[in-house]
Amino acid sequence: MVSVKLNKVSKYFGKVKAVDEVTLYIKDGEFVTLLGPSGCGKTTTLLMIAGIYKPTRGRIYFDDIDVTDIPPKDRNVGMVFQSYALYPHMTVYNNIAFPLKLKKLPKNEIDRKVREVARLLKIDHLLDRKPSQLSGGQQQRVALARALVKEPDVLLLDEPLSNLDALLRVYMRAELKRLQKTLGITAIYVTHDQIEALSMSDRIVVMNEGRIQQIGTPDEIYSKPANTFVASFIGTPPMNLIPCRVTSGKALECPGFKYVFEDEIAEKILKEHNEIYLGIRPEDVLITSKEDSDTEAVILVVEPIGKDLVVTLQLGDEQTIKFLTPSSTKMNPGDKVYLKFRRDRIHLFDKETGRRMEYIIKVGEKE
Amino acid sequence: MGKKYIDVKKIKRRILLEKITKVLVVLFVAVIPSIPIWLMYLGLIAQAFSSKVTVGIIPSGFTLKNWRFLWSTIQMGLKKYPNIWPITMNSLYLALGTALLVTFVAGLAGYALSRMEFRGRTKMMEFILALHAFPSIVLLIALFVLLNKLGLYGKGFITLTGVMITKAALEAPMGAWIMKGFFDSIPWDIEWAALVDGCNRLTAWRKVILPLVLPGFAAVAVFAFLAGWAEFIMAFTFIREDRWWPLSVMIYHVIGEYKFIDWGFLAALSLFYALPTIIFFIFSQKFLLRIYVGGVKG
Repeated sequence: MVSVKLNKVSKYFGKVKAVDEVTLYIKDGEFVTLLGPSGCGKTTTLLMIAGIYKPTRGRIYFDDIDVTDIPPKDRNVGMVFQSYALYPHMTVYNNIAFPLKLKKLPKNEIDRKVREVARLLKIDHLLDRKPSQLSGGQQQRVALARALVKEPDVLLLDEPLSNLDALLRVYMRAELKRLQKTLGITAIYVTHDQIEALSMSDRIVVMNEGRIQQIGTPDEIYSKPANTFVASFIGTPPMNLIPCRVTSGKALECPGFKYVFEDEIAEKILKEHNEIYLGIRPEDVLITSKEDSDTEAVILVVEPIGKDLVVTLQLGDEQTIKFLTPSSTKMNPGDKVYLKFRRDRIHLFDKETGRRMEYIIKVGEKE
Repeated sequence: MGKKYIDVKKIKRRILLEKITKVLVVLFVAVIPSIPIWLMYLGLIAQAFSSKVTVGIIPSGFTLKNWRFLWSTIQMGLKKYPNIWPITMNSLYLALGTALLVTFVAGLAGYALSRMEFRGRTKMMEFILALHAFPSIVLLIALFVLLNKLGLYGKGFITLTGVMITKAALEAPMGAWIMKGFFDSIPWDIEWAALVDGCNRLTAWRKVILPLVLPGFAAVAVFAFLAGWAEFIMAFTFIREDRWWPLSVMIYHVIGEYKFIDWGFLAALSLFYALPTIIFFIFSQKFLLRIYVGGVKG
């Protein structure tokens, strides 16, 4: 098992910067997820760690060894591809045995290891089949077995669950995490699915346009997004970002309402800004009485999603926000509601840079 | 409810009509035009095995007399033709050599065109297609001058080899194009998986890519073999000595013997000439159909 370090790694395809100065340290045995929309450079980063792409700039280290110029076969990494990439002309047994055969291990040892890992992944009854005779879930397990059989130092997973049906995906999520913890392998997981990232990872690396947006634990990413991208990427539905103007000292002029902060820290922070985003997660918007409210709004759309309702509201003339409320609440389109934002859950972002302002962190520390 | 019901009868009639139309189209496009071809083949076989044939295709009396060229030399009037077996070997040499060269070149070139990024890749592919558009007869005079200058014209075995190489050169671009298609169909993921699993580029090619494109190789090899086997114009132009003729040139000369037309013998010889092609097709067709489907994606 090793730690993985990326030092200012960049990858250009012609003029396109697929990955731009990514610096990252992954601890031994850690489960780290690269999360981002498609085309954000997460898979490219993974392929560079595997050794398939060579970084245009920067170095990659496994522990203290510089592996940047070492070919994939000598890095001892295991990889699971989104398409599983099983060898269609080989049986399941031979697929799993392939990495060991290349290592020229003795036959009986190969046999022992293949059967062991097949048992671990519950595919030992499928060993004689060809990949085309397997279901998606089974193929996925074979791909995982092939990656694990050579006892890799680092396990790389490129959206391994995205081709599975929803039920199997939830099951495999827990299964993968359990496996990774039992084996103690350093795992790097690529996904665009925030639920997968939040539920499985020790730490999440949010990427966009080739750059790292934020690195942190799932909780940090969710409750203290570093910028508007992370804020609007994480959460279903994502955080509401309401554009506001700083008027005097600690007062904000927002679409349809005015918001006044009571503490002095806010005043100090807001002083340096003109235009900001007020961020509030849908679950942090509460319905209240007129006297206690921050603003009023008109209900536009009500979407039931089982336990909760997602309600879209009109704020002022143009701005819409979403909020979550238990399904038992009576919500009718066209009705007027009074809203209150949970004070300790308000996020502030600079409108120009999109960067988080320190406000919420300081409130959080006081608690 | 006042709504119109679906007119099942009408729909059934329409489906039936569509079916009949399909059958008729197939009949006119595929079956009827092939009748004369089948008749010719039938006639050929009938001619080859019977002592007397009426109206071209109705045989009477079984004989192997027409096949005597297999065990004795062919003599027509005063002209003696070389023994059939060395001639067959020449043709085999030409065809197998072409197939071997073309598969080798096309395999490597196709891989490079499919997988590697280099300057002028697209231009090269366009050029390859354009190259194939020219018939080889266009090159005949240039080749003749070239061979003559190099002192290779009419030099027996060497000239035969020269014809083989030229034929291979003409066939290779199309082969490379076909192979490129086969390589294109293999996802990068599979090759990458092999690299991660412990292959270098060459072992990945040999152990993972090659088995997956074998049908492609078979296709290219068959086409190149047939092209080599059917090669006539260059062999006819460049090879002087009759003992280095391929079968095609010999058949041409035998047909040219207008004074002693022996239809049965000509039919048998032609059938003999077509035999390897038929055999090759029967065996490779099975292989060509064994293309891996699925297993790549769930």
